[in-house]
Amino acid sequence: MGEPATKAPLSLAELEASGNLRTGRKHVLSILVENKSGVLTRIAGLFARRGFNIDTLTVGPTDDERVSRVTLTVDGALHPIDQVTKQLHKLINVLKIRDLDPGDTVSRELAMFKVSADGPQRGELMQITEIFRGKVVDVTKRSIVVEITGTTEKIQAFEDMVRPFGLIEMMRTGEIAIARGRSET
Amino acid sequence: MRAVDALMECLKAEGVEVVFGLPGGANLPTYDAFVDAGIRHILVRHEAGGGHAAEGYAKATGKVGVAFATSGPGATNLVTPICDAMMDSVPVVFITGQVRTELLGTDGFQEADTIGITMPVVKHSFMIQNPLEIPRAIHEAFHIASTGRPGPVLVDIPQDLSRAEITYEPVTDVRLPGYQPTVDGNQKQIRQAAKALAASQRPVIYAGGGVVNANASAELVELAGCDRFPVTCTLMGLGAFPARVGGEGVEGAGVSGAGADGIPNPQWLGMLGMHGTRAANYAMDEADLICAVGARFDDRITGKLSEFAPHAKFIHIDVDPAEISKNVPAHIPIVGDARNVLAKLAIEYRALGADPARLGEWWSRIDGWREQYPLKYEDSTDAEIKPQYMIQALYEATGGEAIVSSDVGQHQMWTAQYYDFPAPRRWINSGGLGTMGFGLPAAMGAAVGCPDRLVCCVAGDGSVQMNAQELATCAQDQIPIKVFIMNNGYLGMVRQWQELFWDGRYSHVDMGKFPDFVKLAEAYGATGMRFEDKHTLVEDIKRAIATEGPVVVDVRVTREENTYPMIPAGQAAREMVG
Repeated sequence: MGEPATKAPLSLAELEASGNLRTGRKHVLSILVENKSGVLTRIAGLFARRGFNIDTLTVGPTDDERVSRVTLTVDGALHPIDQVTKQLHKLINVLKIRDLDPGDTVSRELAMFKVSADGPQRGELMQITEIFRGKVVDVTKRSIVVEITGTTEKIQAFEDMVRPFGLIEMMRTGEIAIARGRSET
Repeated sequence: MRAVDALMECLKAEGVEVVFGLPGGANLPTYDAFVDAGIRHILVRHEAGGGHAAEGYAKATGKVGVAFATSGPGATNLVTPICDAMMDSVPVVFITGQVRTELLGTDGFQEADTIGITMPVVKHSFMIQNPLEIPRAIHEAFHIASTGRPGPVLVDIPQDLSRAEITYEPVTDVRLPGYQPTVDGNQKQIRQAAKALAASQRPVIYAGGGVVNANASAELVELAGCDRFPVTCTLMGLGAFPARVGGEGVEGAGVSGAGADGIPNPQWLGMLGMHGTRAANYAMDEADLICAVGARFDDRITGKLSEFAPHAKFIHIDVDPAEISKNVPAHIPIVGDARNVLAKLAIEYRALGADPARLGEWWSRIDGWREQYPLKYEDSTDAEIKPQYMIQALYEATGGEAIVSSDVGQHQMWTAQYYDFPAPRRWINSGGLGTMGFGLPAAMGAAVGCPDRLVCCVAGDGSVQMNAQELATCAQDQIPIKVFIMNNGYLGMVRQWQELFWDGRYSHVDMGKFPDFVKLAEAYGATGMRFEDKHTLVEDIKRAIATEGPVVVDVRVTREENTYPMIPAGQAAREMVG
């Protein structure tokens, strides 16, 4: 039987009221998984069917070749993080999950920007790149490509600066993160 | 030996008695191995029937069910049983054939991405990429299916790999570092729960299918008996707490007056939820403490979530941590096996020496509801069989001692309401997914698993047609299930909703007089009967039960009868109607 019982359409407010337990901040989940085929599909599929939205996702090897690390960011304002992590834990190939504490975590993202840079603009663009400690990795007559690493916020700020010059293309890897000090991630 | 022969050895090592399946191209090697394996195989007529039969077997026996299918359409036909097993936490291992590895990804004949298609509805799955992986995958599949919160596990084996020669070495361990279900409940939390129970004035124990899965009935009865706690069960939990007590409980088919001679269990409130009793739903509504065990606060239980049990604090015991606080925030969460936790909770509770007299007022309130609002219906004045009476007659004729499966719809709810299950694993139905066509094959699986017990299926005339082909299986293998079709010529539950909530505008719910179920039964090699007179119904049912082999009975009941009481979807318990 479909819901609701009556013919009255569901109001948006009612739909929103049905949610629970939002933290209201961004969460970086560091997930160790067994390096087996289909693991990423299982994680992505879980998010899709539970209605969780992944903001960024990166996958890579760890020091142990049998284990991979998935780093993903989720908006805690939209989803109950507690449910997200518990559901992830149910996947047999998921070994360990850490919800990284933003105050105790170093996080980085790599981005490349292709920006149009005709004559006079070029100097200004190079200056901005320098301020953000970026690197120019390619130059053509019409454009330059800048490589930049940093926190998501820094990359966002750089994007805001260069966008008025004419942003042709942008690529971001998504965030990776590691806990500070001796504690194991 | 061949990998498929190793597969058979693994099944034997796991104690598999029976496999339900259907061969095809991609699992020809597996079926060749069956010839010499000495494992009973039941040839079903449709893979979905095999999957549901494996579920019925698992639910009735508590062991892991096993179903086989070939690649492509064979595997896709299993999707419904797999999803059903996931929703109701049924331990089943599904083993599918796959096309040869060289054809994978080429849209080969009968190729389907079985792993991909089933991924959202399995507890886990294994895609075999190397024949040497097969033994470990099979054992791990059984381990995962049967431990923690049980569920379906799928193993997909490409045809060429299944033929490969391997050296078989028995596997005695599992290597699943990411899978360690918590069994022992946290003692501190359990103590907290005991204290909360001792302090409560209006407690209710709300038990679900997890109690059945954990074989924790005795522990539930023990805890409830500590202080005369009121108990209600979900649809999936029926039988976990005996609805009647004090009867002789004579075992065996068709012995009248067996379980039925007991008196209603005074602590039993009946089922709760959408079609539960008023006593159960009102008790939840007014409770100050609800102890949920192996139950998941499904929308069919809570109704309108914001108005569910507004005065209650919640103890939530579940083996699956993700269930805790999923829908209703728990004040005292306890992750662990229901049997383990309930036993400890009873000990902790007894040590507190709570005053049982404090529950007196609560019981008089509950008794008031029970007296004022018993389950009731208006009986016919002539020979017409009311559907509710059909279940009462079945209860009387079987002495309450049968394993009863059902399909999905009105007949399912009436069976849940009127058949007082005296023990767990007697009630086999599809709760979470609500799969029409579940009942008949599930009864078949239950009968294979419990050959000494009477197995009845209460079916709807709509539902039964979705897997009626398994009657041929029952006839061929002489699986003596007794199918009672509650025939009102409608898709009854949908008709009821159209009547109540859609201004009586009936849209495609009238099934007419088709098919002739007596002739259908006979065509399949079963015995067909038709009952239309309520005055002889109990005796007629006994006659059907006494008939050898599979029997199909077309029971003509009132056409337009509604299932009551009812909490309309999305409303609060207080708003029960009927």
